[in-house]
Amino acid sequence: MMLSQKDIEIIRALQEGLPLVSRPFQVLAQKVGLSEEELLNKVREFVKQGIIRRFGAAVRHQDLGYISNAMVVWEVPEEKIEEIGRLMASFDEISHCYQRPSRPPEWPYNLFTVIHGQTRDECEKIAARLSRASGITSYRLLFSLAEFKKSSMKYFMEK
Amino acid sequence: MTLDSMDKQLLNIIQSNLPIDPEPYRKLAEILGTTEEDILGRLKRLIEKGVIRRLGAIFDSRKVGYCGTLCAMKVPEDRIEEVVAVVNSFPGVTHNYLRDHPYNIWFTLLVESQVELENILQEIKKRTGISDMLNLPASRIFKILVNFDLGEDDDA
Repeated sequence: MMLSQKDIEIIRALQEGLPLVSRPFQVLAQKVGLSEEELLNKVREFVKQGIIRRFGAAVRHQDLGYISNAMVVWEVPEEKIEEIGRLMASFDEISHCYQRPSRPPEWPYNLFTVIHGQTRDECEKIAARLSRASGITSYRLLFSLAEFKKSSMKYFMEK
Repeated sequence: MTLDSMDKQLLNIIQSNLPIDPEPYRKLAEILGTTEEDILGRLKRLIEKGVIRRLGAIFDSRKVGYCGTLCAMKVPEDRIEEVVAVVNSFPGVTHNYLRDHPYNIWFTLLVESQVELENILQEIKKRTGISDMLNLPASRIFKILVNFDLGEDDDA
């Protein structure tokens, strides 16, 4: 999908956040030289095309009662990855599921999931349950011990 | 900070959807049975306190044309602070966590091109002297539950 120069300007304006005023789209529209209606239509179009994954709020989940999250990595035979990936994705406890390359011998894991629980123990139990359900017995939980950076990406910034 | 029941309801709604409407805050006020002024006050506070990290559009990095990856490095305990400072100095590094594994530093990187991505990883290796790094770009996404902003929302 090719973005026009105008699209890029719109993305730059939108990523600064929706202003906290009665007519926020009007404020942003003025910045990019569109009418309020034109900008609203553009936002709807971006949502439809999936360029905007979500129009809402990015919330720090720690503040909402989820204490522990773990990255759980799985060593899945290449020919089973599609089946297992879909199976893992079907579990409510899993928020993210990606296939990534393995780098044996240091790193044999090729399926990455993120699970959420109230405690470490609960995360471990969820992982054990997923292991039983999938038949994948080679896996590891990596808990985050510290967060050094968490920022929203700014696209198309001047360098 | 403490969230009251109205804050929680508000967060619940806007985590999935903010009305794409000329007056989105008035719409939210109608849904929640309060005033637009109240909604604006709450949002301002939630943003200031860092509960809301971004309000509005959350982009799909790939569809915007960016390349992303997840990287892991093996960093000796006594060098973590210094190495993290180097890694975090690149604006395309959006998330960086310490994890309980010999590969202990895990960061996501989002940039405009594959060439730039390779250059930054080389630069990190050069400046830290640490070459033990895994570059693990996603080859397939089975699920991203967007309400969980784990950071991989604008994901790598």
